[in-house]
Amino acid sequence: MLTIADTRFTSRLFVGTGKFSSSRVMQEAIEASGSQMVTVALRRVDLNNPQDDIMQALDRERIHFLPNTSGARNAEEAIRLARLARAASGTAWLKLEVTPDPRTLLPDPVDTLKATELLVKEGFIVLPYMNADPILALRLQDAGAAAVMPLGSPIGTNQGIKTAMQVEIIIEQARVPVVVDAGIGAPSHAAQAMEMGADAVLVNTAIAVAGDPVRMAHAFKIAVEAGREAFEAGLGRTSKTASASSPATGMLNANLDFIQN
Amino acid sequence: MIRTMDIICNGEQRTVEEKSTLTDLAASLDLDPQTLVAEINGRIIEHNNFINRELRDGDRVELIRFVGGG
Amino acid sequence: MYTSTDFAKLQQWIARTSDSDVHSVLNKKKADIHDLAALLSPAADKFLPQMAAHSSRITQQRFGRTTQIYAPLYLSNLCTNRCAYCGFSADNTIPRRKLTIDEAEAEARILSERGFQHILLVTGEAPKAVGVDYLEELALRLRDRFAALSIEVQPLEQNEYRRLFKAGITAVAVYQETYDRSIYDQVHLSGKKCDFDYRLDTPARAAAAGMREIGIGALLGLSDWRAEGLALALHLEWLRKHFWQTSFTVSFPRLRPAAGDFEPLVLVSERNLSQLIFALRIFDHDVGLILSTREESRFRDGMVGLGPTRYSAGSCTAPGGYSNPELEGEQFSVGDHRSINEVSNALIAKGFDPVYKDWDKEFQVESL
Repeated sequence: MLTIADTRFTSRLFVGTGKFSSSRVMQEAIEASGSQMVTVALRRVDLNNPQDDIMQALDRERIHFLPNTSGARNAEEAIRLARLARAASGTAWLKLEVTPDPRTLLPDPVDTLKATELLVKEGFIVLPYMNADPILALRLQDAGAAAVMPLGSPIGTNQGIKTAMQVEIIIEQARVPVVVDAGIGAPSHAAQAMEMGADAVLVNTAIAVAGDPVRMAHAFKIAVEAGREAFEAGLGRTSKTASASSPATGMLNANLDFIQN
Repeated sequence: MIRTMDIICNGEQRTVEEKSTLTDLAASLDLDPQTLVAEINGRIIEHNNFINRELRDGDRVELIRFVGGG
Repeated sequence: MYTSTDFAKLQQWIARTSDSDVHSVLNKKKADIHDLAALLSPAADKFLPQMAAHSSRITQQRFGRTTQIYAPLYLSNLCTNRCAYCGFSADNTIPRRKLTIDEAEAEARILSERGFQHILLVTGEAPKAVGVDYLEELALRLRDRFAALSIEVQPLEQNEYRRLFKAGITAVAVYQETYDRSIYDQVHLSGKKCDFDYRLDTPARAAAAGMREIGIGALLGLSDWRAEGLALALHLEWLRKHFWQTSFTVSFPRLRPAAGDFEPLVLVSERNLSQLIFALRIFDHDVGLILSTREESRFRDGMVGLGPTRYSAGSCTAPGGYSNPELEGEQFSVGDHRSINEVSNALIAKGFDPVYKDWDKEFQVESL
């Protein structure tokens, strides 16, 4: 059972709602994924197309909303979006995204920390999206983040967990749940993140643009479950034989003759 | 005689009736207030308060709602 | 607040491990707390040479071929506690002495001239006689002469640690002695030290006050050393989580003859001690491990590079003993009597670099 802030989740797969071909496909994919929390973004209403409303497709009785601040290029913009999101959704939950570079969509560490500090004080439940920087993760936790969301690789690139070493450190040191977000391109990536000990993963592009998004969503569901179960079962990694006899010490076993009793 | 005034809504100029509210504006745009949040001149108005907020000449209105996103 | 796991549970944890558990741990990249239980178990004894090899590799990779050198400076053997195992117990009739600030400075000067740049100021626990004002004044006097000043004194409040930090103390050692509550109650007969929980929370208070390094430890010989090892690791793990900017050390004082003739309740052999050290190193790659002069020179030489990272040298555990070596009133008798030069030469002979100054206090921004 995963607990973030005061909310329990039985599913460790969170899903993004962007890039789907239609609301109907999105709805069915979310259903197939078993996800209990989805991200949504805020945009100006398109006055020429007023009927396009995602809210109709999401059952808020069963799905927890996680508004994001996508589009924010700095802390001020993110804070504005956060307040709008809270007013619009009635929830204080927030995925904080501060992405000044529209090409890479990489998160700005400085403004993410700044916005987190302020938003936590305003009572938001902040889940900051961040690069996989272990020190930043600690600073965000110190500031009161309810979870941290390190990226596996840049948004939409589907490259998997390129940041594995740093994510492992983050997981080891974390006092709050760690949700690996961005760049998860295949169910095996999601399983890898879970095997590493991540508490959850967030997947969007890989499901939305798959040939059959509904089936892909299901594949992710079982991959996340498999990865988590493997982690809980206690993975024992066998090292290569080379590490058993280190050249630095030049010995397989140490000489303990000096011990007399 | 119905008097009108000009506001800016989502970046575009619009003519609305004097004393119309945000609820009236949403209706005229075929939008359900429940799905929206508004900003008028930078201040946030929740949908529950749309009925109470009368528009004034020159208001800059932003109508915002949730869309799909990651 | 840290709450320690029930000691009996820790013992059960260890008892449930097996040979195959030990074997698989030694093949893993990272050992967790369950793995540590296996490494501390009796089953791991036959793997001691392999454990030593792993511990050695990890230690040298992380710390290099170096060993830090320090000396204890005993300021006072006055004590308001009655601890069954300690030479300073209020029950014991020993010459009681508290150094004046000038006398303490004279002792420190001797250590400085001998080449020590890191000293550990030690007192019995007698706050009225040797309190924060005294320690603060002494720290201010000594801070420019030494690269690092640590203290091992009575548990203090967080704001008191903060005062001492600003005065120049950068590290605090406070040992729980035993994480076994029932034994703790048995051996601490009276005095403020009887409060197990207050003592247990002390490392956190010192860390919260900004101390750069915290030392924890257990006095081996009071209770089951294997479970003490596990308790130490759990405490360390918790402290690391909550104070990620602080560095930590673990110390392994093993009961030695003292005034009052206290017999260790549990016999802890050198082999046991080495297993404990190797296990903790495999569990935590970054923790400093301290081996003091309680241990024999033969044993300390043998352990160089295998796990420990810091050695004391030329130690005297009686206040004023550096100026006046004939003085009595020791806390415990020393096993390794060698001077700083002798210990340094022994390290060098083994291909290790003795380090006297580990960090440059010039970088510390806060000061009075």
